[in-house]
Amino acid sequence: MKQRPITLLLTGALLGGALVSAPVSAQDSVRFGIDVPYEPFVVRDADGELSGFEIDLGNELCDRAGLECSWVEQGWDGIIPGLLARKYDAILSSMAITPERERQALFSLPYYNTPSVWIAAADRDIDITDRDSLEGLTVGVQRGTIRDVYVTETYGDVLDIQRYGSSQDVINDLEAGRLDLTFEDFPLAVEGIDFRGDDSPYKQLGDSIKTPTSIFGEGAAIAFRKRDEALAETFNAAICEVYADGTFDALMNEYFDYDLSTRPSDADCADYQ
Amino acid sequence: MEALTTWWTELLGGNAIFTANTLEFYWNGLTTTIQLVFLSLLIGILLAVPLAIGRGSKHPWIRMPIYAYTYVFRGTPLLIQLYLVYYGVVFFEGIQESMFWPIFREAFYPALMAFTLNTAAYTTEIFRGAIKNTAKGEIEAARAYGMSKPLMLRRIVLPSAFRRALPAYGNEVIFMLHASAVASVVTIMDLTGAAYYVYARFYAPFQAFIFVALIYLCLTFSVMFVFRRLERRLLAHLRPREG
Repeated sequence: MKQRPITLLLTGALLGGALVSAPVSAQDSVRFGIDVPYEPFVVRDADGELSGFEIDLGNELCDRAGLECSWVEQGWDGIIPGLLARKYDAILSSMAITPERERQALFSLPYYNTPSVWIAAADRDIDITDRDSLEGLTVGVQRGTIRDVYVTETYGDVLDIQRYGSSQDVINDLEAGRLDLTFEDFPLAVEGIDFRGDDSPYKQLGDSIKTPTSIFGEGAAIAFRKRDEALAETFNAAICEVYADGTFDALMNEYFDYDLSTRPSDADCADYQ
Repeated sequence: MEALTTWWTELLGGNAIFTANTLEFYWNGLTTTIQLVFLSLLIGILLAVPLAIGRGSKHPWIRMPIYAYTYVFRGTPLLIQLYLVYYGVVFFEGIQESMFWPIFREAFYPALMAFTLNTAAYTTEIFRGAIKNTAKGEIEAARAYGMSKPLMLRRIVLPSAFRRALPAYGNEVIFMLHASAVASVVTIMDLTGAAYYVYARFYAPFQAFIFVALIYLCLTFSVMFVFRRLERRLLAHLRPREG
């Protein structure tokens, strides 16, 4: 039998109305979209289970929010379209907040932000806080990254800035001795440069750097569909909670030996107390 | 006309990319590109002349190494040669302590070296072809006059070979200008490097690269103009008589 289009439309409208009118708070499960793997944030174990820092954090946040969580694997290219197409309800996949993405999705409070770090040869005596002493030194950065912008805007007048196409090229020239300094993303530096041991050939200069947020961004956050404001609020409250009671730091120390926290301000959390 | 001026002012008024600051980047890029190309062509041609003569030598010990050199440098991409000279050279033990390090530390000199070796290889083959095509009659006449080999080379063979090589060499100059765009991968702020910088800074690939493409076009036309004039002058005897 052929359905008359008008009946279909009516049924659709009724069903749709029923779905829309259901309050969001009635939702008791959340599906997270995630791009696997991104070590150590998420990896697939030998037995096929997902694990990693973001999986643990996501499950913890769900516990706090009293929600049932499941994970949906999604390649990075299609991760926002997948959210909009309701393949999952949120993205928890190291997604940095950017203005472009904010047009498409609603972001929670940021839950982590990787720092950047100054690195030089261990035997060099460079004081990064003393601008005048940096005159004439050569720094290598990856072109077009936030590190490039930071170095250009804050040290462009004293340092000689060399811009490379890839992070590996920067490391090559640091090792070749062409560069006095590099300013690198902390996780990338940990992977590519030996600078943290007692007799490592390179060393970190000064503190790790995460501010200003106008350059470094606010960090990675959970992305929701724009209309799911209540759900985002629920997770903001959970993020404030894991930061307040030290759960975040404990989790972070399990996976990382450096600080990638972005503690939300009291003002941000005031609504969720 | 007035409409044109308002359109023009509006266009420039709404322009956040081509400020004095970025234009200075392009200007510095232009001077770097011209320096790099001009110097490598100059050194390249000085190397190429003796190599082209040696390439036609009767002795295999002179001929074969030159052949091997041009074969290798014409047979591999310039980008690879640049990578080898720039990144490869640091793997020589102790290069950092040697007297050559101040030269290899900068990006400019390794790039200049790679470009020079590359263009010298092509120019050698261009000249070699031109020398080989010298009319037999001219050589026989020179011999009949009792000229020695060097004298014959200087007075007869090379002058006419250079003239014959001119159009092909003009192309090589233009190729070199375009190939110099790869210099930006080893941090040199040439024209392409400046365009990359503006692209990365403003996320505006089209504006950044269309502008630099126009500059390259102007340079190419200038080179073509110069060679056209040179050809008119030096190859005047080959043109059909007018009137």
